[in-house]
Amino acid sequence: MSKAITIDGKTIPFEDGQTIMDAAMAAGVYIPHLCHQPEFTPHGSCKLCTVKVNGRNCSACTYPAMDGQDVLNETQELIDDRKKITQMLFVEGNHFCPSCEKTGNCQLQAVAYHLNMLDNHFPLFYPDREVDASHAEVMIDHNRCIFCTLCVRASQQKDGKDVFAVSGRGIHKHLIVNAQSGLLKDTDLEVTDQAAHICPTGAILIKRTGYQVPIGERIYDHKQIDQVSLAASGSRPDAAFPPSLAVETEHLKHGE
Amino acid sequence: MANKIRVATTSLAGCFGCHMSFLDIDERMLQLVEVVEFDRSPLTDIEHCTNCDIGLIEGGVCNSENVHVLREFRNNCKILVAVGACAINGGLPAMRNHIPLEECLNEAYLDGIGVENPQIPSDIELPLLLNQVRPIHEVVKIDYFLPGCPPSADVFWKFLTDLIEGREPSLPYELVHYD
Ligand code: SF4
Ligand code: SF4
Ligand code: FES
Repeated sequence: MSKAITIDGKTIPFEDGQTIMDAAMAAGVYIPHLCHQPEFTPHGSCKLCTVKVNGRNCSACTYPAMDGQDVLNETQELIDDRKKITQMLFVEGNHFCPSCEKTGNCQLQAVAYHLNMLDNHFPLFYPDREVDASHAEVMIDHNRCIFCTLCVRASQQKDGKDVFAVSGRGIHKHLIVNAQSGLLKDTDLEVTDQAAHICPTGAILIKRTGYQVPIGERIYDHKQIDQVSLAASGSRPDAAFPPSLAVETEHLKHGE
Repeated sequence: MANKIRVATTSLAGCFGCHMSFLDIDERMLQLVEVVEFDRSPLTDIEHCTNCDIGLIEGGVCNSENVHVLREFRNNCKILVAVGACAINGGLPAMRNHIPLEECLNEAYLDGIGVENPQIPSDIELPLLLNQVRPIHEVVKIDYFLPGCPPSADVFWKFLTDLIEGREPSLPYELVHYD
C-alpha cells in the first residue's frame, strides 16, 4: 500500500524523500511559501509554510513526509500566524508598492493579498538600505530583500556561479555580492542567469523591463497566488522556470 | 432621515488622491448622502469634528499639526479608518525618512535647482516637521484599514455599505491592492 499523510483531513499520497510541501504541491494543495521553489534545495527561512504536524509547528518545505502524519494547514491560527509573519517581512524592509516595478508580479505582495493582509500591525522599521544600480542590465534594491536566498541558491545550483550570499544576523542581515568592490557590476552575473530572475520580490530587477506589462494586468492583479503556484508546478513538472520568468519571457515573445 | 451617520474625513501627509478616489463613487454619492452626513472634511470646510461615527484618515503624519488632527479624530470618531498606503505605512512621503530633515529642507528651499530667494520657511503659523513620516497606527488606535494608492472607489463603497448595513466590513481579493 502506498504511503499517505492527511492535510486538513484530506488523504495525500507521497513517495519516500518528499517533504510535506512536495506532497502537498503534487496533490494540488497550496501551502503558502516564499523562500521555496521546487527545483532548489529547501532553505526553511521564511516560515510562511508553517503547518501543524501531529500537533507541532513545522516548516512544510523542509519537513519530510512520513506515513500517517496528521497535518493542519488552513486553520485560522496558522493563517493568523502567517499574516503576522508577512507583516513582519513588510515592516523590516521598505516596501512602497506604489513605486515598485514589481508590484502585481511580486510574490511577497501576492501572499499578503492571499492572506487578506490589510495593514502592517507592527511599527515600521524604515531601515537604511542601498540600491545597487551599477550593473548594466540588472539592479538590486536592498530595500525589498527578504533574505529568502533564492538568488544565492539559483546562482550556485543553476548558473554554476556564486554571485550572491547573505551576511550578518538579525537586523544586520544583508545580501552581499561576490566582488571586492561590493558592486554587482564587478561580479560575473549575466542577465540570462536564473539568479537574475528568481527573486520573489522587487529586490532584483531587470532594467528597462519593469513597465512592459501595465499595472492592473499583472500576474496577481486578478489571480491568487495559490492558483498561480499550483498551475506552475502542475503544468511544468520539472519546473525549470520560476513563474515570474515564464511570464516575462512569454511577454517578450509577443512584443518588442 | 432623522439620525444620519456622521462621517468626517481629512488628509494628513497625503496628496488628496484618496479623497479624489472616494469621489469616484460618482452618482452613488447621492445614495450615500441619504444616510450619511459629512462633518469635518475638505468636502464641507467644517473646521473641527464632533461626535462622528466614522473618521476617514488619508496620509501619514509628517508634522505636529497632523498629530493634533489625528488625535482630534480619534477623540471624536467611534470608528477610525486608515485610508490608503500613506496612512498605512507612511507611503511615498516616508521615503524621506532616510534623509536627515535638514538636508531635505536645504534641498527644497536653499540649494535645489530653480530656487529663488532661498530661505527656510519659519513662519510661526507653520507646523513643525517631524523628523520622520510615520503611519497613523503608530500614533492612535485604528479600527479598519483600506489599502491602495489610492483605494478604488469600490473599496470605499464596499467598506461604507458594509458598515452602514451593519455587516463586519471585509474586502474580497479583487479589492485588495497596495498599488
Ligand atoms: S517588493 Fe513586493 S511588497 Fe515590496 S514594494 Fe515591491 S511589490 Fe511591494
Ligand atoms: S534578493 Fe530576492 S532572491 Fe535574493 S535573497 Fe533577497 S529577496 Fe531573496
Ligand atoms: S517556504 Fe518553508 S520556510 Fe519559507
